[in-house]
Amino acid sequence: MAKNNASVWTSIRFWRRSAAWVTGVAVVLLIFLTFDTMSQIRMGTDKELEQGIKRRIPAPTVINHHIDYKYDEKRGMEVPVIGKKEPFFGKEWSPKEARALLHLGKLTVQAKNCMDCHTLLGNGAYYAPDLTKAWLDPMWEKTMPAMTGKKTKEEAMAEFLMHPGQYRTHARAMPNLKITPKEAMGVVAFLKHMSSIDTNGFPRGFSKVIKEGKTGGTYAK
Amino acid sequence: MLSKTAHLSPSKQLAMNYFRVAIVLFGAQLLFGLLAGLQFLFPDFLYNVLDFSVNRMLHINALVVWMLYAMLGSVYLMLPDETGIDHPVAIGLGKLAFWVLTAAVTVVVLVYLFIQIGPGKESTIWFINEGREYLEAPRWADFGIVVVVLIFYANVFFTYMKGKKTGIMTVMVADLLALAGLYLAGMFYTDNISVDQYWWWWVIHLWVEATWEVFVGTLAAYGLIKVLNAKREIVEMWLWIEVLMLFGSGILGLGHHYFWIGTPEYWWEIGALFSALEPVPLVAMFVHVLYDWGKEQGHVQAEGKRTAIKNGPAIAWISINAFGNFLGAGIWGFFHTLPQVNIYTHGTQFTASHGHLAFFGAYATILIGMMYLGIQESYGIERMKATFKSKMAIVLITFGVVGMTVALTIAGYEQVLVERAELGAGWQAYFTAQNLPWYIQAQVWREIMGVVTFVGFVYLLWDLLTIGKKEAAAE
Repeated sequence: MAKNNASVWTSIRFWRRSAAWVTGVAVVLLIFLTFDTMSQIRMGTDKELEQGIKRRIPAPTVINHHIDYKYDEKRGMEVPVIGKKEPFFGKEWSPKEARALLHLGKLTVQAKNCMDCHTLLGNGAYYAPDLTKAWLDPMWEKTMPAMTGKKTKEEAMAEFLMHPGQYRTHARAMPNLKITPKEAMGVVAFLKHMSSIDTNGFPRGFSKVIKEGKTGGTYAK
Repeated sequence: MLSKTAHLSPSKQLAMNYFRVAIVLFGAQLLFGLLAGLQFLFPDFLYNVLDFSVNRMLHINALVVWMLYAMLGSVYLMLPDETGIDHPVAIGLGKLAFWVLTAAVTVVVLVYLFIQIGPGKESTIWFINEGREYLEAPRWADFGIVVVVLIFYANVFFTYMKGKKTGIMTVMVADLLALAGLYLAGMFYTDNISVDQYWWWWVIHLWVEATWEVFVGTLAAYGLIKVLNAKREIVEMWLWIEVLMLFGSGILGLGHHYFWIGTPEYWWEIGALFSALEPVPLVAMFVHVLYDWGKEQGHVQAEGKRTAIKNGPAIAWISINAFGNFLGAGIWGFFHTLPQVNIYTHGTQFTASHGHLAFFGAYATILIGMMYLGIQESYGIERMKATFKSKMAIVLITFGVVGMTVALTIAGYEQVLVERAELGAGWQAYFTAQNLPWYIQAQVWREIMGVVTFVGFVYLLWDLLTIGKKEAAAE
């Protein structure tokens, strides 16, 4: 078959060369796209955040800002909206402090293996709710602060993370992961930062029905 | 499987060692899967003792590691046949690497089981758990794996260079280099979760949807020659076509993981287009296996012989692989690969259903087939027929995994429609969907089918331990 081929379609040489070329072109394209994507998803700087320059992944100091997730007519999806400054755990965090807190939070999220129950940006396990926009979840507005006896959303989240077994909302409860108060603050900062990432509209219609209270039918309020 | 390897070449003896550990880890994968599945039904079962996260981590890590063991075993099995060299250039080092890897895996598993988690410090990432799905192995183990894989690769590469250079082995050597190199993309830490997941997918996707698939292509090519006496020229030409199509679609198909992790919108089109093409080579592989089987069967029948098959269980598993790969990886993957669908299905049981059928169909099946090939050689059996136990294993494991997949697909549909489309995700939406009777019913069926799979595994293990002796005696 190797020699004197009746047709190129039965030539091993032809297919071997085609395989090499196609693979090579795909790899080159992937590397090119990776460079472009890396420049777009690097973490923004504090200066860019101050000047209102939109980054797909904002600087850690975004934890000093109010964050919302609003429908954008032009893009046809919800996008994170970074608003006015608001205190986070009762203070404004300097760039250095914010970076350190986010670092601690991300490390804790990995050390406690959150991803083998929850999903982060939709990736992980499916035993517990997705955490992509957990910071914006309506449960943290009134229900959980009341349950944990805390005044603010971030304090309620930290309290819940430290003693999840005490605040069960469903039969399936989060285990006790021995999270320290400092680590809990870090995880909350990580979650708040993650909610500010532009995820191309995922998850779509986030908690829309519950927020607007128009569940209708059997569940009508 | 346990004895009778003394007359084998050193390379094949080492292959059998890898297979032995692989089958034990396969059992562990199923056991921890059953525990995790049970926790969906009884959330307080082992709560705060062996939580879902631990069971699930062991479930998926045992999966990846047993497959890697069986893959290394398969390479050592085919190496003498393909290169014509019985003693790989550094077989002593290769043996040492096997024991080092096995010791390291044991330590990692014990730490997962008994230490589980650590404080939010770098030391946890280095010594306990990296906390990144599939790549949970702590960093020290990552470096250990790199060293072991380098020894393995050097052995294969230099043996290849010294011996015959068949098309199958050329693809294998090139593919293994990519496979090993990609692991490095998962070995760093960053605070930026989007960058983290970008490179994480380089390992996960470019393994299971590119390099592992090509690996399976080479195993199928080798297996067809061994089991059916298929013509090498045809098999190798098909292999190059498969490489072309698998890498042509799979490499940029990576884009379908970049829809929602903070990466730019252009990945929608790139990911959708190339990942939609990913099933095409899987159809080709399916056609190829059945075509060769039919062709060789026709030849031997013309000569007045009854069957072309020299290893019954192996050809059965290779055929299930051909169909399972297409169904599990191809069809079940295509179901939710377009961003217009994926925005609702991403991160639901839909993904789990695809994962179960794809890992089984694409990888578990053919690797089990390779184990049967190893046993046939260990006992020097001319023609190895399937026993009752082989057939029970095939039927129960396949039925069990397909059953789990159907159950999880139904759970996924329910979750997608109620939690995502109707209620719009979030904490309450999630639990509303999880608590619906239809969802719970699907989880019950998943667990039942998991038990069926496990019974099938017991038959498989029993068969692997006894078939060699039985068939050798029969001849």
